[in-house]
Amino acid sequence: MTMKTIAIIGAGPAGMEASGSLARLGYHVVLIEKEATVGGHLKNLFQLFPDRRPGKEILTHLVQTIKHPGIQIKVNSEVSEVQKLDNSFALKINEETMNADAVLVTTGFDLYDATEKEEYGYGIYPNVITSADLEQMFHNGKVVTEEGKTPKRVAFIHCVGSRDEKAGNNYCSKVCCVTAVKQAIEIKELLPETEVFCYYMDIRMFGPYYEELYREAQEKWGVMFIRGKLSEASQNMDGSILMKAEDTLAGKPLRMNTDLMVLMAGMVPSASSKKVAQQFKMEEGQNRFFKSADNHYRYNESQQMGVFIAGACVAPMNITDTIANARAAAVKIDEYLKN
Amino acid sequence: MWGFNITKTRAIDFDKNNREPMMEILRLEPSIRVCIACGACTATCTSGNLTPFNIRQLNVFMQRGEYQELKKEMHKCMLCGKCTLVCPRGVNLRHLILKTREVLLNEEPLFAQN
Ligand SMILES: Cc1cc2nc3c(=O)[nH]c(=O)nc-3n(C[C@H](O)[C@H](O)[C@H](O)COP(=O)(O)OP(=O)(O)OC[C@H]3O[C@@H](n4cnc5c(N)ncnc54)[C@H](O)[C@@H]3O)c2cc1C
Ligand code: SF4
Ligand code: SF4
Ligand code: SF4
Repeated sequence: MTMKTIAIIGAGPAGMEASGSLARLGYHVVLIEKEATVGGHLKNLFQLFPDRRPGKEILTHLVQTIKHPGIQIKVNSEVSEVQKLDNSFALKINEETMNADAVLVTTGFDLYDATEKEEYGYGIYPNVITSADLEQMFHNGKVVTEEGKTPKRVAFIHCVGSRDEKAGNNYCSKVCCVTAVKQAIEIKELLPETEVFCYYMDIRMFGPYYEELYREAQEKWGVMFIRGKLSEASQNMDGSILMKAEDTLAGKPLRMNTDLMVLMAGMVPSASSKKVAQQFKMEEGQNRFFKSADNHYRYNESQQMGVFIAGACVAPMNITDTIANARAAAVKIDEYLKN
Repeated sequence: MWGFNITKTRAIDFDKNNREPMMEILRLEPSIRVCIACGACTATCTSGNLTPFNIRQLNVFMQRGEYQELKKEMHKCMLCGKCTLVCPRGVNLRHLILKTREVLLNEEPLFAQN
């Protein structure tokens, strides 16, 4: 019997972990990544919630996982054509054609484009940044305003582009509440004199030790939480930002100036996932992420026979869940190929 | 003993409150059911920034069958519709306010429908 081949599209945490699992099960894996390097969004994460472990540590571990003779990695590569055969797929990649007995789609997410929420001023006022921009500042070890000053106040705005009908996304992105709390603590560590506020509608601390991190932010670091959605922001003469919200617990409109405003931009299905969906005739759910064949029993199966899904292209999820999900998909693919 | 009978309780007596007007308002404009009390409407409200008028809170009172405050405050709304524009849940606040006024203040409907 010849060795069976699995094509995995997208080399973020999901694709990398699944590659390792499948290779160890004895399959031949072709891992296809459109960017020049593997790692997906994990590449940009300085420290991970909830334990503040360096993102690099997990990335190194995953890179180790895919160093396996059964795994062929193709970076700067995309599937350009798909042909469905009887029990397999013919895929065209960089002018070469390969045959895959099963396909695993792990194309991940894109960050919500915060310029779409014009009333918040991202892309207009330089001191309005996203959580991803702040993560980059932590990488560089320096958090300063556009004017090069140490911010005396930093405000985090939860739910930007998530839970917002006006943005077209009714779902919750799941990871941004705890990311805001993590980043708030990082600011306090770096700049103890800086005041930090979080503007939230609901605080969602779904994972182990997330609630504890929230409590630590309040107790140890004095981060303040204001329950209200930002309605709009404008720029002052000195470049600082004027925020308007209701302090719903006080029952009054509230105004506050801040030197830096951080938007917790949510997750949206990636643009390239859409392309893959068309190529493989996969269905999207109401939230536009990939639709599972069954939400409980067949979570990693798409509606298309032989095409599997895992990670943040299925729903917003953290790295722990992404890794577990990728392994679950590997087991499903193994069962599928053995029958 | 003094005063105990005359001082009205501050608690919302949900079971005693007349919920019929509320049910009627919710029938005429059901979208308020998905409100998550984020306060974006109140924050942007022209009237709310000048007076104690708080549209988010008033809608909570309405849904608990407490109409005292609403009857006093509803006229302060200028029907500018800014609240409807910012609502992340797509609540049709402007229409809700019109219907609330009709039901509670017996105002004539602005339009023939509903
Ligand atoms: C601001 C922020 C902070 C976060 N912080 C944390 C944290 O501290 N801890 C934590 O657990 N999680 C965190 N997360 C979540 C974490 O980023 C995700 O759980 C994880 O990246 C999901 O992995 P994935 O492989 O499913 O998707 P991605 O990381 O999105 O990877 C997808 C990969 O697929 C590639 N790809 C896409 N389409 C194609 C295609 N058509 N062909 C080839 N390749 C393709 C992409 O280039 C990418 O490399 C954070 C998320 C955000 C937004
Ligand atoms: S995780 Fe928190 S910030 Fe993110 S969308 Fe959900 S509620 Fe909003
Ligand atoms: S903006 Fe919408 S969701 Fe928020 S409090 Fe007002 S009505 Fe409710
Ligand atoms: S329509 Fe009424 S409640 Fe809404 S913002 Fe205008 S004044 Fe305020």
